[in-house]
Amino acid sequence: MSMAAARADAAELLNASYDVARAVYQDLNLAFIADWKQKTGESLTIDQSHGGSSKQARAVIDGLEADVVSMNNPLDIDAIAKAGLLPLDWQARLPNHSSPSWSPILFIVRKGNPKNIRDWDDLIKPGVQIIIPNPKTSGNGRYSYLAAWQYARSKPGGSDDTAIVFEQKLFANVPVLDTGGRGATTTFAQRELGDVLLTFENEVSLIRGEFGADKFRVVIPSLTVRADNPIALVDKVAAKKNTTKAAQAYLQFHYTRAAQEIFAKNGLRPIDAAVLKAHAAEFPAVNVFDVDQAFGGWPKAQADHFADGASFDKIIAAAHR
Amino acid sequence: MSTATVAINAAARAPKRAIPGFGTTLGFSIFYLSLIVLIPLAGVFFRASGLGLDGLWHVLSSPRVLHALSLSFVAAFIAAAINAVFGGIVAWVFVRYEFPGKRLLDAVIDLPFALPTAVAGIALTALYSPNGWIGELLTPLGIKVAYTRLGIVVALTFIGLPFIVRTVEPVLREVEKDLEEAAATLGAARWHTVSRVILPAVMPALVTGFALAFARGVGEYGSVIFIAGNFPNLTEIAPLLITIKLDEFDYQGATAIAAAMLMISFGLLLVINLLQAWARKRGGTQ
Repeated sequence: MSMAAARADAAELLNASYDVARAVYQDLNLAFIADWKQKTGESLTIDQSHGGSSKQARAVIDGLEADVVSMNNPLDIDAIAKAGLLPLDWQARLPNHSSPSWSPILFIVRKGNPKNIRDWDDLIKPGVQIIIPNPKTSGNGRYSYLAAWQYARSKPGGSDDTAIVFEQKLFANVPVLDTGGRGATTTFAQRELGDVLLTFENEVSLIRGEFGADKFRVVIPSLTVRADNPIALVDKVAAKKNTTKAAQAYLQFHYTRAAQEIFAKNGLRPIDAAVLKAHAAEFPAVNVFDVDQAFGGWPKAQADHFADGASFDKIIAAAHR
Repeated sequence: MSTATVAINAAARAPKRAIPGFGTTLGFSIFYLSLIVLIPLAGVFFRASGLGLDGLWHVLSSPRVLHALSLSFVAAFIAAAINAVFGGIVAWVFVRYEFPGKRLLDAVIDLPFALPTAVAGIALTALYSPNGWIGELLTPLGIKVAYTRLGIVVALTFIGLPFIVRTVEPVLREVEKDLEEAAATLGAARWHTVSRVILPAVMPALVTGFALAFARGVGEYGSVIFIAGNFPNLTEIAPLLITIKLDEFDYQGATAIAAAMLMISFGLLLVINLLQAWARKRGGTQ
């Protein structure tokens, strides 16, 4: 009792995270706080800050004192690393390239699938409208774009050239470019615009919860992309706030069975094979590739496709003329 | 009118200022303006200057940036012009007529000021999207509002309305009703009364309101991105392009566009201010 009273200034962690991770971290933080208390006797508070992944990264670069960051693509953590707040080889510091959970990009169609959409080829047919957020401003859009590219070039006779044509047809069918995943969901579910929404699997349960479970159907394409959700310690901030030990334990905790269960419950695929198996009903098998294999890593994918004047800019210019 | 001239002449002849505290208040004003406006804006130019002239030109001359800039300025101009006409009429009705529900409507005018812009954007998009109340009626006619440039103008018109109404209203109230009645008894046609008596008097206020609505429209982000569709070279406004550049961690590119917007806005507002001074002089001599 007196020990606890002496530690009046209990450690405080700030986790800067992306938008849809809100629900996950509500559960995960509580579980870790209890675990930490039991192991060390110290009480801990964990604050959350949520926003678009890139915006959060920028906030940390500009001085938001986050001990820990959790993002929906490694590029955003790379940007923080480049600003000197954590080492460039951060991905090697935790298991599975520092990603404790992942999610594939899937298709969501309207009840009864009226346009009979089964795979990527159905998306480029004339008269089909697709809702994808802007790849320039959202991880969601970037992953969808790369999945389409990879699909097109891995078809028989496919190449980077056929992939460009495929993307042009795909984006010619996109009526709105929302800036974020959330906006795209609203456009599709609430404005009832479009026949297909391309989004992360973990968004599906949120959409069903919000707009009615029976209004939409999930279609799993024959090939899709694996979106890892990486986490990292922000060394400079943690050192300054003297929270490194707790922050590291918090990150390690993401890989425990308990945390993996929390991910699974919130619609994110756990990397723990046993936990994934236990939730096989919610997570059917998908044929996925990852960006490192297929595009030589995120920095290269970014430079080749999403930088100013790179392939996406050309595709969008050709698609809407 | 004549009393005003007398007062000005008297002030000009006065050897000493009658109102105390000039030095202190001027000092404070400059300090305050610097703190709130000038220093942050100088920061924009400072950051953009890291690019050098070549880099700056490279960013600004790209077709996408040019398109976004012209879209932002043209859409804001059109919206402000629409508001100048219809906002002026609204102000006129509020000042000259009594009708049931006037107080309520009067409060409604200010809503675009108070509403978070994102809320306005979402509401307008819901109305004008193909399945919205208004969109449903327009779609069969082949008119698309949401996700087009027209949608941008609609959003900016919504945002800008109170600027015109609230600047014109007090001035219009000052224009004596007698003046209009006198014009009428002297045989002026109704249109003549409007164009020769009322318009010159409210012109400076109308121009001020126009400038405010225009400036607001150029910088508007929240309400527009929901209704715009956001396609590069088509419906992508300059403030969105700045946000996109920031999301790409391209701080200098973003500040380059911001600096260009600031320069253009400053130039246009300067012109409008000169126009206004000219209109006031002209209004005063008539």
